[in-house]
Amino acid sequence: MDKLALEFYEALALLDRPRVEALFQQAISQKVPMQVVEELITPLLIRLGDEWSAGKIALSQIYMASRICEDIVERVLPAMAVERKAYPPMAIVVLNDYHTLGKRIVLSVMQASGFDVLDYGRMDVDALVGRILADGVKYLLVSVLMLPAALKVKTLRAALDARGAQVRIVVGGAPFLFDSELWREVGADAMGCNAADAVTIVQRWREEAA
Amino acid sequence: MMTAMQRVLTAMGQQEPDRVPLFLFPTMHGAKELGLSIREYFSRAEYVVEGQIRLLAKYRGDCLSAFYYASLEVEAFGGDTLFFDNGPPNAGEPIIRHDEDIDYLEPPRVMEAAGLVRGLETIRGLKERVGDTVPIIGVAISPFSLPVMQMGFDRYIELIYEQPVRFARLMAVNQTFCLEWANAQMAAGATAICYFDPLSSTTNIPRELYLKTGHRVAVETLRQIQGPAATHLASGRGLGIVDDLLATGTAAVGVSALEDLADWKAAARNRFTLIGNLNGVEMRRWTAAQAESEVKTAIAKAGRGGGFILSDNHGEIPWQVPDDVLLAIRDALDRWGRYPLDWLE
Repeated sequence: MDKLALEFYEALALLDRPRVEALFQQAISQKVPMQVVEELITPLLIRLGDEWSAGKIALSQIYMASRICEDIVERVLPAMAVERKAYPPMAIVVLNDYHTLGKRIVLSVMQASGFDVLDYGRMDVDALVGRILADGVKYLLVSVLMLPAALKVKTLRAALDARGAQVRIVVGGAPFLFDSELWREVGADAMGCNAADAVTIVQRWREEAA
Repeated sequence: MMTAMQRVLTAMGQQEPDRVPLFLFPTMHGAKELGLSIREYFSRAEYVVEGQIRLLAKYRGDCLSAFYYASLEVEAFGGDTLFFDNGPPNAGEPIIRHDEDIDYLEPPRVMEAAGLVRGLETIRGLKERVGDTVPIIGVAISPFSLPVMQMGFDRYIELIYEQPVRFARLMAVNQTFCLEWANAQMAAGATAICYFDPLSSTTNIPRELYLKTGHRVAVETLRQIQGPAATHLASGRGLGIVDDLLATGTAAVGVSALEDLADWKAAARNRFTLIGNLNGVEMRRWTAAQAESEVKTAIAKAGRGGGFILSDNHGEIPWQVPDDVLLAIRDALDRWGRYPLDWLE
């Protein structure tokens, strides 16, 4: 897979969709789709995420690359595919405002990595708590751009605790990047420095629970 | 002692004034001074004038800002603004709901947009109060970055990559608007325009794409703004495009806290002025000692030879930053920012 992975990475970095699709088809002719996702797609998305964190590539490249991966994976692993159900229910949300790009990228990366994630769009805390309880969500991914939205996670945590909801919260977005202590201050369980961190954090949580 | 205007102009002329200038942008803190909500505060030009004047006296900064909030410009296109009790107003739902809407989009006229007229009244009011002693900074969102609010970031990225003709049309509309707005601010009495262009940051788009898009737009736009412009990348990285930014004709650049001011100082080589780069998010919980340490570090890295204005890294102090911290920053500047910077020897 190494040579294929390198070619896939190069095609993805160039946003060469036809080439990415051809390489993906080549990969799934040799292995089952979920294995290709775990061994090929997810590591590359994590690599791209790390490169963004290091300032080597730009957000627009991450967004376009993750959308391409999401599209090709969706075709072989539709949203309700059995293979996607190995994790506790999880959801992603933007608190309050219309800064939705971060959520969109994380969602694409998660979907492309084989996860089934409920997209809650943008919600305020009260409505969000009700939805989490109704869906039995165990892992919540919160994307923010503005500091007030980041601070709102504290209110969310308190509201979930008051209802006795056992929900693990991972946060991500600019305020958390600029203040590395903020995620603890607002009561989150983890912070993602880039979109692909969501994958590794959720994987880690499941391993811890096993 | 120099006036704020003399201090800033000297620093921007790559000379050492009496001390490092300070650009604090506590855009919302004026509401606290006047005992108003953020929404009320931005509803009348006289409130913002009074708020800015009081903040100038309180923190002893070296500029006044006529900036309200970014979505004021989207309001001119018919968009809504969401107000919050504890943070900057945000743009509401995108006004470009379908890509085809771009084909019919027309630039709004500044004098027909109530919010922009309020902004111009604010500049005139500030000018009456300070004359030419304190720089008044106007703000215009770059034509290239405005669509993030006009149509949403994700759809806009797709437009840039996939629809060059519509992208070009959107840039033409936004540039017409941006120029009228920026030049109206200059005519009202602004000293300079902050060209707010976060999308051009290498955090957001790669340099190759920037050169074909945001850079071209900036070159054309800044050339037609009737006054000096400073480019702000709003916390985004810019070291990879330093020379490209300089080529746009910008006189200054806002530096991100994610980058090292010393690297910027070396890259700038006194060809333009650096503004930055105190971390506004962390600032919320700084002690006086931390504030002093951060100010001292920034001055040590970028203060020599002028060409440096101490500021935050985003161009806006968060609502949650307490007075004590802002006053501690100012005190530290008095202690460590006086030229010559002998303590650096």
